Amino acid sequence: MLIKKAEDIRSSEITPKSLYLNRRKFLAGMAMAGAAAAGGAGVREIVSPSTRVLAGTKIDGIKKSPFSTTETATPYKDVTNYNNYYEFSTEKDEPAKLAVNFRTRPWKVKIDGLVDKKQELDVDTIIKMAPPEERIYRHRCVEGWSIVVPWIGFSLSELIKRVNPTSKATFVEFTTIFDPGQMPGQRRQVLDWPYVEGLRMDEAMHPLALLCFGMYGEELPNQDGAPLRIVLPWKYGFKSAKAIVRIRFTEKQPLNTWNISAPQEYGFYSNVNPNVDHPRWSQAKERRLGEFFKRPTLMFNGYDQVASLYSGMDLKKNF
Amino acid sequence: MPRYLKPVIFLACLIPLGRLVWLGFHSGLGGNPIEFITHATGDWTLRFLLITLSISPLRKLTRQYWLIGYRRMLGLYAFFYGTLHLMTYIWLDKFFDVHEMLADIAKRRFIMAGMTGFALMIPLALTSTRWAIRKLGGKRWQTLHRLIYLSATAGVIHYIWLVKADLKKPLEYASVLGVLLGYRVVAWMATRTKKSSVAAAKIEVAEN
Repeated sequence: MLIKKAEDIRSSEITPKSLYLNRRKFLAGMAMAGAAAAGGAGVREIVSPSTRVLAGTKIDGIKKSPFSTTETATPYKDVTNYNNYYEFSTEKDEPAKLAVNFRTRPWKVKIDGLVDKKQELDVDTIIKMAPPEERIYRHRCVEGWSIVVPWIGFSLSELIKRVNPTSKATFVEFTTIFDPGQMPGQRRQVLDWPYVEGLRMDEAMHPLALLCFGMYGEELPNQDGAPLRIVLPWKYGFKSAKAIVRIRFTEKQPLNTWNISAPQEYGFYSNVNPNVDHPRWSQAKERRLGEFFKRPTLMFNGYDQVASLYSGMDLKKNF
Repeated sequence: MPRYLKPVIFLACLIPLGRLVWLGFHSGLGGNPIEFITHATGDWTLRFLLITLSISPLRKLTRQYWLIGYRRMLGLYAFFYGTLHLMTYIWLDKFFDVHEMLADIAKRRFIMAGMTGFALMIPLALTSTRWAIRKLGGKRWQTLHRLIYLSATAGVIHYIWLVKADLKKPLEYASVLGVLLGYRVVAWMATRTKKSSVAAAKIEVAEN
């Protein structure tokens, strides 16, 4: 008899264990939630269907990570059809369609700025720098929704160590590809293209900071930032730059695109913080996709291990 | 006008709601159904406000005077979708958390603008009956119902203030509203010039 151990099952195959309702019952669910809450009970979750199509190439030899949450992963369908990816479109359901033919190979990543050796690395070289790990992270969008994603990658520090930044390098900047031919969203000046993001060096070296090339046991889908992105689970989602073509080490704090767009609303740090509201909406709660009721947002999105990076800093000022 | 047109339009105006219900039962509302419903009902509130505002200019420009008979229904549909939009916020989004909603209204100017737009529609919906028109008298009723200009403006501002970076859609609504309100300003100025020239002509006649 074949008895599968839990580790043998890819997370993409796990049906969310909580009792859930099919989305086609969503309206009925809402009525139930209303009735239940009125009766004081409270229906916890209304989750979307678990049915999904495996599209990508499977990644082999994935290690588990102690950084993973035990929370239920958001259905693959939602993570691949609800995307803020303005390079393709400002509508969340559009990147899934518009990114279908996006070319992710060949793909070079330029490493420059304050490094011993400026170079261009092939994405497949980067991916092989360290063994792939599955990191099931909470991901909180600045807009007030959240997901749980089993990302695949390894600590960003693995790459940084190998490219030898100089002692002067205090910040690192990430640039997303600029290719309006393939990315229709870049044909409009919604944001100042190309998209840039930045981290302080100690943030980038923190083991939680993930250099990511897969999710749900497979290669990253195009609409989720293929072929290479970063994932910073304690920061709002927009800090986690997608489709990276350049990593530059600097002495000065780099600009980041949303900060350029609206400096009073999006700071450089953008750590998840329930006590510091966005000027136009509260950040105290979030809606986990698939759930009816909002849940409280946690400081640093629940990743307290990064708190020491910001000790002594006024996080209201450094939002 | 064919008599069956009115019920046809009445039912057509329910299509956006029917679509939401259909999508709701067919897993079509995307990853964040509450957001989807909020956006759809908000969009249709603005659309019906603009459609309602286009009746008078359309009627005069095309001389299709029967169009006036549809204005009340379309205006009430704006109120209907506005109510659904507000209910989505109160029920699905905030789940009747009064404290949170009051904080929202006080602190978030886009919520304030939206609430203002909705509040301005309430007296219009309440006085939409023939009885109310008779009671108020045509002139006063008409003055009161000019509140729709403010309501639609508040609605568009609500949209402009809530988007993150892409102003395309709210500015589309704003430009349509601009044309519809601009037409009224031009029409009003034209009648004023006409009146004053008539008055001037009268004075001239009297002087001679």
